[in-house]
Amino acid sequence: MMKGIKKWRLFALMTALLVFLAGCGREEISTLIPAGEVAQDQFNLLILSSIVMLFVIIVVSIIFVLAIVKFRRSKMGEDMIPEQVEGSARLEFLWTAVPIVLLLILAVPTVYSTFDLADVSTMDVQAEDGTSTHLTVNVTGKLYWWEFEYPEQGIVTAQELVVPTDERVYFNLISADIKHSFWIPSVGGKLDVNPENVNTFYLTFNQESSELDDGVFYGKCAELCGPSHALMDFKVKTVDREEFDQWVTAMQSEEPPVAEGDLAQQGEELFGPDGLACIQCHAISGSGGTGGIGPNLATFGDRNRVAGYLEHNEENLKNWIQDPQEYKPGNLMPDASSLNNGEELSEQELDALAAYLMGLTVEE
Amino acid sequence: MSSIAQKKGFGATIWDFMTTVDHKKIAILYLISGGFFFLVGGIEAMMIRIQLAKAGNDFLSAGLYNEIITMHGTTMIFLASMPILLAFMNAIMPLQIGARDVAFPFLNSLGFWLFFFGGIFLNLSWFMGGAPDAGWTNYASLALASEGHGIDFYTLGLTISGFGTLIAGINFLVTIINMRAPGMTYMRMPLFTWTTFVASALILLAFPPLTVGLFFMVFDRLFGASFFAVEMGGNTIIWEHLFWIFGHPEVYILILPAFGIFSEIFAIFSRKRLFGYTALVFATILIGFYGFMVWAHHMFTVGLGPTANAVFALATMIIAVPTGIKIFNWLLTIWGGSISFTTPMIYAVAFIPSFVAGGVTGVMQAIAPLDYQLHDSYFIVAHFHYVIVGGVVLAILAGTHLYWPKMFGTMLSEKLGKWTFWFFFIGFHLTFFIQHFLGLMGMPRRVYTFGADQGWDLFNAISSAGAIFMAIGVIILLVNVVMTTIKNERVGNDPWGDGRTLEWAIPSPPPFYNFAQTPLVRGLDSFWIEKMEGNKKGMIFAEPLGDIHMPNNSFIPFVMSLGMFVASFGALYFLDGDKPWALAVLVIGLLITFGSMLVRSLKDDLGFHITKAELLKDAKGGNTDGH
Repeated sequence: MMKGIKKWRLFALMTALLVFLAGCGREEISTLIPAGEVAQDQFNLLILSSIVMLFVIIVVSIIFVLAIVKFRRSKMGEDMIPEQVEGSARLEFLWTAVPIVLLLILAVPTVYSTFDLADVSTMDVQAEDGTSTHLTVNVTGKLYWWEFEYPEQGIVTAQELVVPTDERVYFNLISADIKHSFWIPSVGGKLDVNPENVNTFYLTFNQESSELDDGVFYGKCAELCGPSHALMDFKVKTVDREEFDQWVTAMQSEEPPVAEGDLAQQGEELFGPDGLACIQCHAISGSGGTGGIGPNLATFGDRNRVAGYLEHNEENLKNWIQDPQEYKPGNLMPDASSLNNGEELSEQELDALAAYLMGLTVEE
Repeated sequence: MSSIAQKKGFGATIWDFMTTVDHKKIAILYLISGGFFFLVGGIEAMMIRIQLAKAGNDFLSAGLYNEIITMHGTTMIFLASMPILLAFMNAIMPLQIGARDVAFPFLNSLGFWLFFFGGIFLNLSWFMGGAPDAGWTNYASLALASEGHGIDFYTLGLTISGFGTLIAGINFLVTIINMRAPGMTYMRMPLFTWTTFVASALILLAFPPLTVGLFFMVFDRLFGASFFAVEMGGNTIIWEHLFWIFGHPEVYILILPAFGIFSEIFAIFSRKRLFGYTALVFATILIGFYGFMVWAHHMFTVGLGPTANAVFALATMIIAVPTGIKIFNWLLTIWGGSISFTTPMIYAVAFIPSFVAGGVTGVMQAIAPLDYQLHDSYFIVAHFHYVIVGGVVLAILAGTHLYWPKMFGTMLSEKLGKWTFWFFFIGFHLTFFIQHFLGLMGMPRRVYTFGADQGWDLFNAISSAGAIFMAIGVIILLVNVVMTTIKNERVGNDPWGDGRTLEWAIPSPPPFYNFAQTPLVRGLDSFWIEKMEGNKKGMIFAEPLGDIHMPNNSFIPFVMSLGMFVASFGALYFLDGDKPWALAVLVIGLLITFGSMLVRSLKDDLGFHITKAELLKDAKGGNTDGH
């Protein structure tokens, strides 16, 4: 009997927790489950302002409910003419002064935090050997995809940002075309990606993404940039410093990736200049330069999604290659047949390309 | 010309409305066209909610969705909310100050037709190659890259209708400054007149920056002028500044008249003088003033730097103070009153918690670092719908019920009115409250779809369900309007029984010349004062009955606006290059406009007089239908 009750209690607790968590959204993307210092600061401001505002709402609600309950005409009598009160200087003072005090309570942390979050003065601090003490990532927003350059490390990747945990990471943001906005909700607020100037800010990632259900944090474009604005997602993989350094080393290796197996080799052929010439837009080495017309594919096999949002499997990849406009309207990738003298790719050719691309990996 | 009413044929009625310069008829024109655009914007809203009802829905395509959100926002702000508020201003404000008409009846008509043709032009984009798709904010980099003519419809259409609004604003300012009845000092003006006055001043100062921005955009799109073209040294952030220097005051252009309507309602249906009238007036002026100091809070994430962000954050917070003053004064107005829960009053009562909810989230977004999370998420969508729907639209619905008898001489059904209210009010909170949490859960705004893996399914489904309730509410209102019009039970001067201001001292609807004799104003709530003193004649009058000078109707405003409409098509197609007729259309359109201006300038129109005899006959016959 007792055991039953205990079980029931546990169940109720779990259910309550589940409902609560559902109300907070998914930890990969919710601002209510902060996974970084910046997001935590902003969450604290949210809680503080919510409490102050709740106080305002309660005061107004009490006066409001009392007024509409007490002074109904049915109670006051049909012919009653109320006293025509002009006002009260004392009350006017009260409801001017109290809100000012409440606003001051909010103003102090607002100003402090505004300057704190914009402080990028340590960005260029260098260690004795001339290397930067902090990681800087140059982010370029392009029509519906993101390019991430690590200038100090000399590597480039796309669509999936890899960063070390528990240290400040600085971001330089610029757009190559339309204005975008760079947002990783669970790690920190957004900053616009303007076409005319570089915006700089920092984020700190305090949780390893491998702990998450999906293994990555979700990043979003937050500024309307065209038909596929909703699909301009990116993913963030956070790893500890050691693992990050390993990843960087692997990315830096100049060796071109080796296609394994006949199918993948056929895919490599198709991808190359003598085939469909995909390589004209898509680099396959992480140590190349920036400014690619299409996303760098050096880490394609390691990624979490195809085209930023589709489940990462060969089926979706083949569909995407055949008809990119179907999946991201308005993006700049030509469909496969236009690269193949107007002919559709055969199923076998698609399989080969998929096998080759899925084999592009820097992780063991 | 006689003031005796004749049964007019349908064609004659249409012609009368096309040529009218009577502020009351122009008000009806604004109400009908604003109401029409409100329905169009509402249908667009329903399509948005259908598309977002479930993850990965394919009801709308990505491109079409962007067109619909753009047109929903643009239509609701420029073509629905503002014109309907202008309808109430036109119908009521001149009566409230005891004026014969607005200061410039001809311009009043011109303002309406410019707005009307601008709105039609903008909406014709649906049938002529696609609507604008860069959001109602039309940010420059996206707008310049947009294909087709959608953005050109936006810029040209808003330029024309913007002229109309600007003309209306100037007209109201002059009217209130110059045409108040004897004794109507500034501090005796009803709150709705005060808010009209301040909103008109905001129109005067806020529309020019928008017009400048739109001109730059037109020149960039049509002539490659490169104001915003980054690769040519242009700067897109200038557009954001110009847009929001207009855009933020625009919000107050909408909300202040709404505050005015609610102020009237609280006083009437509590049978009590407005508590803290002076404070309410100064709060209105302060809100209008601060409205120009805070535009960059729409741009906290643009990267203006911490100093600008901190200054604008603090400036924005200050606005909460005068707004709070208003809320508490309204509460104290109903406190100690005798509250009658008529349809306008339940809207006004429901407005207080709704608007406070929208106001507090506004303060939260003023906290710049917090706004980095909230900006461009569904939180902001929830916020501005709470202030616009919970403030402006509730005021429009309340005002429709309150002033319907004054405008049309018959009362909307109270029973159906309350049904509308409950459906709309419940639907409104169901739709938008939950969107705060969607935003906090990471959902960006203006997304045409979302994945099932983002955790937003349930809340979006609830939000869409709420939208259905709002739609039902609006449909009941339409039924109400039709049934009321068919029944057509006439009402007297003061149908609510507790009217306080001058508009309730005159027949419903008023004769076309308004007050036969200009009333004498002896204090705030002048009609209430006379009522309490048992004045059987309604008012004391400032002049003996005499001939009244009235302006003639004119078809010129319609033609002038039509010319602009035609010219816009020419401008739109001119730079396609392959359309040689476009230049001719542009020239013809401008010739029509300038030609009609010339006619107006050269041809004297001295108006006509209503004789004392006719006025006496009117008074006896109780005839109120105008001529």
